[in-house]
Amino acid sequence: MSVSHRVGSDHQLARLLQIGIVLEEVVEARAHHHYQSLDAERDLDPEIEALLADAAEESAAHRERLEAVIADLDAESIPFEDIETLVEAQYAQTKPEDFDGVLYDQLCNEETAYKFYDDLVSAIEASDARFSVDRARLLDTLRSIKEDEADGVEDVTKIMETRD
Amino acid sequence: MNTADQYLKAIYLIQEMEDGPAATGALADMLDVSPASANEMIGKLESRGLAEHEKYKGVRLTDEGITRARDAIQTYCIIERFLANVLDVEDFRGEARELEAVIDDTVADRLDTIINRNPNCPDCFDADTDACRELEVECEPTAD
Repeated sequence: MSVSHRVGSDHQLARLLQIGIVLEEVVEARAHHHYQSLDAERDLDPEIEALLADAAEESAAHRERLEAVIADLDAESIPFEDIETLVEAQYAQTKPEDFDGVLYDQLCNEETAYKFYDDLVSAIEASDARFSVDRARLLDTLRSIKEDEADGVEDVTKIMETRD
Repeated sequence: MNTADQYLKAIYLIQEMEDGPAATGALADMLDVSPASANEMIGKLESRGLAEHEKYKGVRLTDEGITRARDAIQTYCIIERFLANVLDVEDFRGEARELEAVIDDTVADRLDTIINRNPNCPDCFDADTDACRELEVECEPTAD
């Protein structure tokens, strides 16, 4: 057991980036499933439809940026199809029941991703390990993704407030 | 998982193994910290009503501390199961130990949406091996 909040090696960094990729893939796949389930009920709300489309697109873009770093670390990414299958297998038990549930799920996605990148940036900053990727570029990438997630939290919160 | 939750989890596991209070030395060993650091955190947990320190015996969790510790073990189980079943990590125990301090419980909750966890979790957690008993069966079949 380790109480150290630091990233100590390339291997550990690559593992954490893989987790980031999976989180993005979960967001993308769940947004897709929410969309399909709302579509099946023929009750699409344009605002939520746009939010889900944007979320899926943003997650895919984040995933590609993380994949580029992972490749430089000589590690492998996790194919989207694998995570899609896992999301699908568990979706029935974790599916939101209505629009409010979809919004809440989306808020949870954005907040979780923000917290993940925030912790990861802090753990890299606290580390004096030498990584085989450029540290400044790595931190720039992660901070920029973190800011996107912060904007995402704000966007979902605004929609939730206008629907109250 | 934050540092306080890691301490609660460690105290809970030692209590289970010893069937009594967790000695400060054993706690420091499990967390790989100095006894002084362990004592400092025990004081903080006491002031938050999560643990009670018994002189010459060690530390014991309150009911609220036990609830928090069990939540922390669930988070740890999610990390182990995710590493073993989704990322196919062979040394999932070793890596879970390294990563638990950096993975927040909200992140673990999201990862939980794609793994198939035992409904009895965290009662399936084996304090001696620091891993889920069910996971051990799935990942490390014995030769006999």
